[in-house]
Amino acid sequence: MTEPIIGIRDLRKTFRSGEVDVHALRGVDLAVERGEFLAVVGPSGSGKSTLFHILGGLTPPTSGTVLIDGQDLMKMSDGDRTKLRMKSVGFVFQKYNLLPTLTVGDNIEIARDIAGVKGPLNKQFVEVLEVLGISDKMARKPRQLSGGEQQRVAIARSIVNGPAILMADEPTGNLDTENSTAVLNLLRDLNKRLGQTILMITHNPEAAAFADRIVHMRDGQLHAA
Amino acid sequence: MMLTLVGVSEGMLRDQESRTRGVGADIIIRPSGSSVIGIAPPNIREKLVAWAAEQPHVVQATGVVIYPLGGISTVHGVDFDELTKMGGGFTFLSGRSFQSGQEAIIDEYFAREKKLKVGSTINLLNRDWIVSGVFRGGKLTRMMLPRKVLQDVTATTDKVSVIYVKLDDPSYTSEVIAHLKMTLTDYPIYSMDELASQFSVNSVPELKTFIGVVVTLSVLFGFLVVFLAMYTAILERTREIGILKALGAGQGYVLGILLRETILLAVIGSATGIGMSYVTKWMIATFIPATMTQAIVYHWWPISSAITLAGALLGVFYPAIKAARQDALESLSYD
Repeated sequence: MTEPIIGIRDLRKTFRSGEVDVHALRGVDLAVERGEFLAVVGPSGSGKSTLFHILGGLTPPTSGTVLIDGQDLMKMSDGDRTKLRMKSVGFVFQKYNLLPTLTVGDNIEIARDIAGVKGPLNKQFVEVLEVLGISDKMARKPRQLSGGEQQRVAIARSIVNGPAILMADEPTGNLDTENSTAVLNLLRDLNKRLGQTILMITHNPEAAAFADRIVHMRDGQLHAA
Repeated sequence: MMLTLVGVSEGMLRDQESRTRGVGADIIIRPSGSSVIGIAPPNIREKLVAWAAEQPHVVQATGVVIYPLGGISTVHGVDFDELTKMGGGFTFLSGRSFQSGQEAIIDEYFAREKKLKVGSTINLLNRDWIVSGVFRGGKLTRMMLPRKVLQDVTATTDKVSVIYVKLDDPSYTSEVIAHLKMTLTDYPIYSMDELASQFSVNSVPELKTFIGVVVTLSVLFGFLVVFLAMYTAILERTREIGILKALGAGQGYVLGILLRETILLAVIGSATGIGMSYVTKWMIATFIPATMTQAIVYHWWPISSAITLAGALLGVFYPAIKAARQDALESLSYD
């Protein structure tokens, strides 16, 4: 049996809010296999976003063990977590988070530039652009695109460097039903076509249904579906 | 601003040098105690002009009275025939030389700036003078009156401000100066080449100080503008910086982007400054050609660009460090 791409044991995260400690994660255990499409479902304040931020290397855990593609997050410095974001994790956010002054092409190119990747796009990624339906929109600015198109650009950007894990935080939160379905179908397609591991955070059970496996989060703990 | 002010300083000195050379003399005798450049008071006894003319190798000497009108404006009292003989003649664009005690001649730049022509009246020294001629610029000064008349009006009868001396052979200049200094021991006497070499910023301490102040102000101005612009820009771009950090951009990458933007801004600013110096040159030449002359000082282009860059880099330093250290998560939450 292969090593899980994400391995979490007794993960805890405590924030200091004024003079009060807020326990956002209270002992999370989770294993995600390579190539799996996992949905983490839970209401607001359940701790799912905190889990997303820790797994993405955006904030350090308080205690526990977190292995991402064999790298131990607990032992990582700020610089190491920056490298993790550059090489191993791709993000898709609810608000798309495209750079508004850059074109679609440049938004994708800057992710390659940050990772130090030179040269033309590989053939497989060019095909992905076709599948995402944005290959003819590379010269456009984000404001010239619909929400669904912007999210597809964000998906393209997140996988351009071939990350081990694609992390999506409420990827359909700003989209209508039609675009939501399209984006979720694309994520599932990428998962099947490329074997891309995807961890999706959502509060929407219909969106979660596109995943291979669903786990529920409540009060800072995970519960199997 | 820097290039224009330095250009005006240089331009006015060069213009003064050119007009001084336009006299056609080889040697200048200035009053005792006067500086090498600057307005010479009419302290030299006029009979020294005749004495100077009789010295070996001297073919002609002429005395000129210089009277300040306020600011940097002066009027010169000249013997027109002597000056014509020494400098190879005047070119009149209109009119003729003065023929009476109420007439003045002016150069083309003064005429253009003050909108004067032959027959116009100008008020100088509480008297009205009729413009009798407009001559091509580059000869001694912008306004000339008959020497005798100016001496009478300013109560400096039998006195001149400077004596211009022309030699039969300029190669004797050093010898003649040495000879003149034997008698005129207290008088600054210079060859025209020596005088011309003094028309530089380095010879005028006040001008050097002025340029120093301008440079300091430029650095401060550049620093403040870039600091405020970048500080505001970074606040506005907090979310963008967060996106870059989420994509894996480190502090060096963010710092690099901001530094490149600042350098680009400084380069554009420098190029615009160079362009603007041509605009101010045109404006000065068009609207106040007699009051000011602006030169394009090419060797100041790299200096001003370096100063602009230094001010800009100084200004971006703190905002850039602040941006590079921003927390990715906090930046992403910024709206």
